Amino acid sequence: MDKVLGDKIPEFNRKQEADGPGLAGLSSFSLGSGRTHLETAVILLVAVVVIGGAELALRLFNVPQYILPKPSQIVSALFTEWPFLWPHLVTTLYELFVGFAIGGAIGFVMAAVITQFPFVEKVITPYILLLVTTPMLALVPLLILRFGFGSEPRIIAVALASGPMVMINSATGFRRVDLAKIALARSFGASTLQIFTKIRIPMAMPMIIVGLMVGSIFGLLTAIGAEMVGGAEGLGNRLTYYSALIRMPQFFAVILLLAIIGISIYVFFYWLGKKWANWEA
Amino acid sequence: MVVDAATKFYATQSGSVHALDKVSIEVREGEFLCILGPSGCGKSTLLWAMGGLHDLTSGQIRLGEEVITKPHPEIAMIFQDANLLPWRNLAKNVALPFELKRKRPDMERIGRLLERVSLNGFENKFPRELSGGMQQRASIVRSLAVNPSVLLMDEPFGALDAFTRDEMNLLIQEIWMETGKTIAFVTHSISEAIFLADRVVVMSARPGRITAIYDIDVPRPRSVEIQTRPDFIERVLQVKARIDRGRITSDLAIA
Repeated sequence: MDKVLGDKIPEFNRKQEADGPGLAGLSSFSLGSGRTHLETAVILLVAVVVIGGAELALRLFNVPQYILPKPSQIVSALFTEWPFLWPHLVTTLYELFVGFAIGGAIGFVMAAVITQFPFVEKVITPYILLLVTTPMLALVPLLILRFGFGSEPRIIAVALASGPMVMINSATGFRRVDLAKIALARSFGASTLQIFTKIRIPMAMPMIIVGLMVGSIFGLLTAIGAEMVGGAEGLGNRLTYYSALIRMPQFFAVILLLAIIGISIYVFFYWLGKKWANWEA
Repeated sequence: MVVDAATKFYATQSGSVHALDKVSIEVREGEFLCILGPSGCGKSTLLWAMGGLHDLTSGQIRLGEEVITKPHPEIAMIFQDANLLPWRNLAKNVALPFELKRKRPDMERIGRLLERVSLNGFENKFPRELSGGMQQRASIVRSLAVNPSVLLMDEPFGALDAFTRDEMNLLIQEIWMETGKTIAFVTHSISEAIFLADRVVVMSARPGRITAIYDIDVPRPRSVEIQTRPDFIERVLQVKARIDRGRITSDLAIA
């Protein structure tokens, strides 16, 4: 394959087959998937048809608000309820940012360090997998007992949920060592630190970004879940509150907000990937 | 540059491999030396050791009086498949050596070199947008940019198609004639070695040792066409016979 396709395929695409994509689905947020105008138009058209259709159907069959509110009611609820909602939005975002910053930083550093020591990595990986696969939400009642109903238990839960995700994906990135590129840097007299910052990190960057994206989405999930468990603040808490009062338009308005947060996270990391890791497209 | 009784064992999972066995060569200043041998004969190991990237089990490599144990600023390496960093554009790839040495890039020299290899105007292109030949030309510029006195080339054109390879061979001959650098060039192509070299060092495998050294006195500049001349082919066959003989004996030794 080397010989036949050598010129056409950048070195990196070949490497990937050997390593396998870390988290298959999510790493396929492949960057240059350029959409044509037609495709964009069709996507928008589908949105209009679905939302308009729902509105029409709900009106036509006279579906009561407490079963399923109309899209128009949801949007107007979002505006009328906004003064009461935004402090909760701020709380959730605060928990998400702080928890993700702590968890993500620890996860990244651990990935960078551990991959340098294959033995340590082999020993630690099963435990990290355990952290990745066990829903950290399960710990929230315990954390609330210990830290009370404030933001702390949720921040800890977010950090515990996002950190291992960042770590496991970044580690996949750091494991892709290309000895020839390291030798290249060494041949020009690079120090260990320079090899790390100029070769290893850029080479791991696509997987680091995937890890950050997955980690932050998991963090959002955990923050909302933790808020539903206890306390009186945050968008998760509002979900239980509005559903208890059967205020469905407000309930769906919160869901709309959550969707907007999720999409923003995705778009942000997509943009970051285009900026820092577009060479792998 | 002197290689003195270089011996290298390295450990693999299936035991210790004897990669180099008392290899001694003198690379004369300004000479174009080709190291030729079948795959697995330790020729790349030897070259990496000359670049200070590997240590030897015993023996010594010297540049002038200095013993080479780590990469030396006067020695630059050119690798297989160009080895450009895919996340950097051409200009930044070429500036890498300066960055690693914490120096300001010599833009004038870089500009001249890029023009010399007809890569001017491609500074903002990424490696994936360049052909294999262009990538390898960029890597030559990267190495020459820091003006080393010795160039070590590790099967640099092995992955290129035959036409591009001829072009690259001509280019490297011209660059060598213009700059007077000392070049050690590893290849497994007999005709490439004879086409380029002042001297061809033939190595045999398991363990890697020198079996023959040929002086190539074909006048320069050599054109691509000389490769089809009967006396050139005669030489190729001669060297090939030598390598085959070496292979058979080492295979017998293993059996």
